Amino acid sequence: MTALLTVEAIDTAYGLSRVLFGVSLEVAAGECVSLLGRNGVGKTTTMRSIMGLTPPSRGRIVWRGRDITGWPPHRIARAGIGFVPEDRRVFAELSVEENLEVGARAARRGGRWTIAAVGELFPVLRERRHQRGGLLSGGEQQMLTIARTLTGNPELLLLDEPSEGLAPLVVDMLRDKISELKAQGLTILLAEQRVDFALALADRVYVLEKGRVCHTGSAAELRADQALVERLLSL
Amino acid sequence: MRRSASRLPWTLIVFLAMASVPWIGSRYDAFLAGQITIDALFAVSLNLLLGTTGLVSFGHVAYFGVGAYVYGILMKAYGVPFVFAFPAAGLGAALFAAISGYFCVRLIKLYFAMLTLAFSQIVWAIAYKWNAVTGGDQGLPEIPYPDLGWMSAIPGCGDLSTGARFYLLTLVLVAVALAILHRIVRSPFGRMLTTIRDNPERAAFIGLNVRAYQLAAFIVAGGFAGLAGALYGIFSRGVFADYVFWAKSAEVIIMAILGGMDYFWGPPVGAAALVWLNQQVTDYTQYWPFVLGSLLLILLFVFPGGLVGGVVAGVSRLQRIIAGRDA
Repeated sequence: MTALLTVEAIDTAYGLSRVLFGVSLEVAAGECVSLLGRNGVGKTTTMRSIMGLTPPSRGRIVWRGRDITGWPPHRIARAGIGFVPEDRRVFAELSVEENLEVGARAARRGGRWTIAAVGELFPVLRERRHQRGGLLSGGEQQMLTIARTLTGNPELLLLDEPSEGLAPLVVDMLRDKISELKAQGLTILLAEQRVDFALALADRVYVLEKGRVCHTGSAAELRADQALVERLLSL
Repeated sequence: MRRSASRLPWTLIVFLAMASVPWIGSRYDAFLAGQITIDALFAVSLNLLLGTTGLVSFGHVAYFGVGAYVYGILMKAYGVPFVFAFPAAGLGAALFAAISGYFCVRLIKLYFAMLTLAFSQIVWAIAYKWNAVTGGDQGLPEIPYPDLGWMSAIPGCGDLSTGARFYLLTLVLVAVALAILHRIVRSPFGRMLTTIRDNPERAAFIGLNVRAYQLAAFIVAGGFAGLAGALYGIFSRGVFADYVFWAKSAEVIIMAILGGMDYFWGPPVGAAALVWLNQQVTDYTQYWPFVLGSLLLILLFVFPGGLVGGVVAGVSRLQRIIAGRDA
């Protein structure tokens, strides 16, 4: 199995404060891989490092066999990595439709995820297409952010805590949508604090602790062993 | 009520009102109208950076000045006719914007603003000191009007003075320039600029080359500022180093904020308000900066959206009151 994305022993710091210490991980095509860990262990920083927003000071990031370490974020996006950040901010002053257009144009990648296609996936966005992005509810903004990223036709979707701050019903709906994307063959790297949410979707997991990978294995193993989950995540 | 109001072709009405000034207004009115027209273009060109892209330039006057000098030098030293010298002024300013902008967009926020200021001071220093080319502190006086004899053929224009004819030409050229800028702001390119203003990092990770777009906006804004500068040189019958002094950059920022930088038509309204107020106030007192400062203070606190923002807010409040009564 050749990896689509390989992160090789990266160190990343914000100024003088180091956050990641030799994090390595691999994502193969079609997989859903989850990064688990409590708040502040480096899940977001790992994603930001992959995306080029906070480039690592050591180590390499390899995408489809090419070293993309140090590339600017827009090049990484055009190479096929889509990022849905934690704060799920949409372009507040643009309408829903304009947000999607911007996503489609900026990435310069054609593909199956047209604006019409993401409207099929998230019918609520089609209904609200003329509404301003900033006026949507939290769940709708999350869907819009995912949909906007999809219109860029990424091969790998980085999802940072998609369930955070959403109502339980919305979380369930979102899980089904992500599961649908996975079933359609999209490769996903999912950072989550909610173990149940992540384990419902993931094939494999990496558990982070204080900026290091402290466990890696299949999701099935964790689903079967509650004690291991509790030990790893100190619940 | 709002429907009928917004259906009125406001831009056409304003254009026709401005165009009627040479016939119904005094020479002084025509002078003010000329100033407002040129400043409107200058302020809208700045607002492509300020309001649309979220870039605060403290040195926009540099491009206005480069345009004015390119036109002045071509006209005086080489006798190049208006039809070539005017576009050349815009191109010259755009070229200078490309060079200076290449460095400016590498910096962010205050550092960006400071570098734009630095470039404008360099332009000022060259204008002030390079006697052989710019005329130094003497400037380039007596820039002639372009040949406007052909306007006699237009009905009703036969009796107009050359100054009035040039005002009409200015009005038409500025209207065309504003129409182009309006299209740019509303185009997909303009929407990309808005995403950069909203959040440059987010724009980058959806795949936008933020610097390239910022540079493109910088070049377009500089080019149109250069066209405004060329018109101003002819309008004022000369090009002088004062035009490039940094205080004029502050003035054009004030125009944009006064009118409302979130609205396309905000800066022209701000330009009109500032020119008119300046004339009114200086008739009564020499303390114009004091009055301007006080007005800005009030405006920033009471109408943060500028004059246009204030009117929009007022109209929607009025509508709610009327709607409330009907219900």
